[in-house]
Amino acid sequence: MFTMTPLEIEALGLSLLVSSWAVAGSLPLGLACAWLLARRDFPGKVVVDGLIHLPLVLPPVVVGYVLLVVLGRRGVVGGWLFDWFGITIAFTWKGAAIASAVIAFPLMVRAIRLSLEGVDRGLEQAARTLGCGPVRTFVSVTLPLMLPGVLTGVILAFARSLSEFGATITFVSNIPGETRTLPIALYALTQTPGGDAAALRLCVISVVVAFAALLASEVLSRRVQARLKA
Amino acid sequence: MLNLSVRRRQGDFQLDVDLAAGAGVTALYGRSGSGKTSVINMVAGLSRPDSGRIEVDGKVLFDSASGVDLAPERRRLGYVFQEHRLFPHLSVRGNLVFGRNRLAAAERAVDFDQVVDVLGIESLLDRRPANLSGGEKQRVAIGRALLASPRILLMDEPLAALDSARKAELLPFIAKLARQFAIPILYVSHAMDEVLRLADTLALMDDGRVAAAGPLEQLMADPALRPLTGRYEAGAVVSAMVASHDAAYGVSRLSFGGGTLLVSHADLPVGSKVRVRIHARDIAIAIEPPERVSIRNVLPAVVTSVTPTDAFLVDVVLSCGGAPLWGQITALAQAQLGLVPGMRVHALIKALTIARGDVAGISPSP
Repeated sequence: MFTMTPLEIEALGLSLLVSSWAVAGSLPLGLACAWLLARRDFPGKVVVDGLIHLPLVLPPVVVGYVLLVVLGRRGVVGGWLFDWFGITIAFTWKGAAIASAVIAFPLMVRAIRLSLEGVDRGLEQAARTLGCGPVRTFVSVTLPLMLPGVLTGVILAFARSLSEFGATITFVSNIPGETRTLPIALYALTQTPGGDAAALRLCVISVVVAFAALLASEVLSRRVQARLKA
Repeated sequence: MLNLSVRRRQGDFQLDVDLAAGAGVTALYGRSGSGKTSVINMVAGLSRPDSGRIEVDGKVLFDSASGVDLAPERRRLGYVFQEHRLFPHLSVRGNLVFGRNRLAAAERAVDFDQVVDVLGIESLLDRRPANLSGGEKQRVAIGRALLASPRILLMDEPLAALDSARKAELLPFIAKLARQFAIPILYVSHAMDEVLRLADTLALMDDGRVAAAGPLEQLMADPALRPLTGRYEAGAVVSAMVASHDAAYGVSRLSFGGGTLLVSHADLPVGSKVRVRIHARDIAIAIEPPERVSIRNVLPAVVTSVTPTDAFLVDVVLSCGGAPLWGQITALAQAQLGLVPGMRVHALIKALTIARGDVAGISPSP
């Protein structure tokens, strides 16, 4: 029987917490960015598109370091947040969530944008002629039609957050019970003599969680697709 | 009542349209690329004219002079698109009430049950659009637009995407709409058979402008408009009434201003009003009434105009008891008979040339 040690439970719980917040917090912004990129033409669109996708190609350590410089207690934004509100982000689980969100953001935006581009504009026009304003049209027609893509984006981002390591360790370090998520705990164990067996156990847990997420996404998106077609 | 006068430049194409559409069905007819859909989109607010004014029932929807440009959702128009555009994530019922739910109870002028009944979609209410046939989808789309209680119903070639069987199934429904719901219809089409069946008023579009507009019969009898009404379609349209049927010989008699017209059996009750299309090339002209001839329709008429179309053909417009007939004969025949305006002649029309598709039942005039 596979029973988890307190360390494993703590790391898994933290990973789920960080990833959930990372996804929930970035979803509204992800929808907005996807909409902007799919539906609007504006000067500098290429730059915005590039910026959003940058975390996908940058070494995560770079992202983590930039976050530290900006959001750290002596950083431009971080210092201001601390002075005025007493909020600390660096070296907390909130920081880990932000790091994960930034890294996973391009994946989420890509999936949502793709599904938004697949929505027939004619249906939106029809909704407008039937008395719906732009916001109502989005909520009652566009959003339900792009739901499969949104789900895909959410699960992808969630899975990517679960596996986030480089940016997290650079920005919020390895603090037990605060920022020691699954990958970081795993890394720490591999650096400890005699930690091989425990590391292997964490590997198995990581694989199971990631696989479950992918499976859930597949089942959900199939269900939504079937609802749209049947 | 719709009044519009709009101008819009689309690339190299210049739209400059003046149009009025009152009660009943107004058909906007023209070949593809003549700008029909652009006009209807501007009325709906889906595209914006460069300048001009659009008004429905006295309410200004667009006016470049005073800067009025109502959003589509505030225009209260029904739009039936060429493709059904039903919402795939909603049931038929959900689609039908989509626009209706946006209205205050007092503004819901169209009765749900009546629409469902007229369109025959009761058994479809709980289905999804994906499971409907093309004709069923379009019926639901019409119902959806109607239930939004529009000031005017815009229809953009609603039958164009359907095969001819579905088309025949849907035409009667559309014909019923205007009179049952008392909503004016602007019907865009490039199919003359639909126009003849449905339209009270005809507006001919050509190259971005309305070349002619007026009562259908009048426009169809004008050879000068033939380039627009279509060479193959050329012919007059005569309003008549079913007088009797002769089942033994499979023929029907229609009475009109110029007498009685014998046609192949028309599947309509005696007394119904019909519109008959008589192709110009099916009319022959005789000075004396021929005797012992197989042609069943020999109608006395007076020549009103003689216009050569080219070296070979001549258009002859006849007045048959006030009803305009339009025949096409060879220039040689015209010269040998010496046809000139004012001459009394006889129009000869073979009964078999007026087939079922040429006789269309129309709504009693409102």
